[in-house]
Amino acid sequence: MSAVHTAVLVMVGLGAVLLVVAATLTIARMARGPSSLDRVVAADVLVAVVIATLAAEAIVNDHATTLPVMLVLSLLGFAGAVSIARFVAERDLAVRRREPDRPDRGQQ
Amino acid sequence: MTGGVTVGGVLDLLGALLVLLGCFLCFAAALGILRLPDVVSRMHAATKPQTLGLILLAAGVALSLRSWASFGTLVLIAALQLATAPVSAHLVGRTVYRTDLLRHDLLARDDLATDLKAAGFQLGPAPEDEDDRPGDDARLS
Repeated sequence: MSAVHTAVLVMVGLGAVLLVVAATLTIARMARGPSSLDRVVAADVLVAVVIATLAAEAIVNDHATTLPVMLVLSLLGFAGAVSIARFVAERDLAVRRREPDRPDRGQQ
Repeated sequence: MTGGVTVGGVLDLLGALLVLLGCFLCFAAALGILRLPDVVSRMHAATKPQTLGLILLAAGVALSLRSWASFGTLVLIAALQLATAPVSAHLVGRTVYRTDLLRHDLLARDDLATDLKAAGFQLGPAPEDEDDRPGDDARLS
């Protein structure tokens, strides 16, 4: 029982080290990223890292309190990425250059 | 009881191993986010912890907690993430293409370019001498 608990602690601790390094690299990309879409993708990964941290903490302390927080976070990353992608799309460069051969689909 | 291998102990070990794998996927994604040259290739790296990594983490927590309430919540988390991650990735990739942020020299083939050209669209700034069609209606949305 105690040996199993020690092994679980060692594995989750190793995972926590990996998560710290992952969060640092992701924040570096968020600070550096040339476009805002780079920052959106990095923010998605950062949300995934936070979810992984909550999961590791739930395993170590053996409780289910943070599971709703994980649920909300998994939806939050989606909403942020979609809204920022639509916001950036305001200045997109795809323009209709000539009339197509096919009939027009009507105005949007 | 101290020397025997219990089922709960094995499940605890398995859950911790799955969580460790999920953490490693997060680390690999962060490495790819920092190192890869392009928004699209960074998205390729970023989807690993969002889908497979999250499923591994949810399975690990479910094996470790072993209660039906937490199992239901974890299934909900994994299902919602599997449903929403492709949508956000599609929108981000679409915006990347249309704002010309991807590096065309890294692409092996670009099917969307030929399709857009066949449909009469082209990447570039809005032309000045437009025909009867007003500029805002002519934009893709």
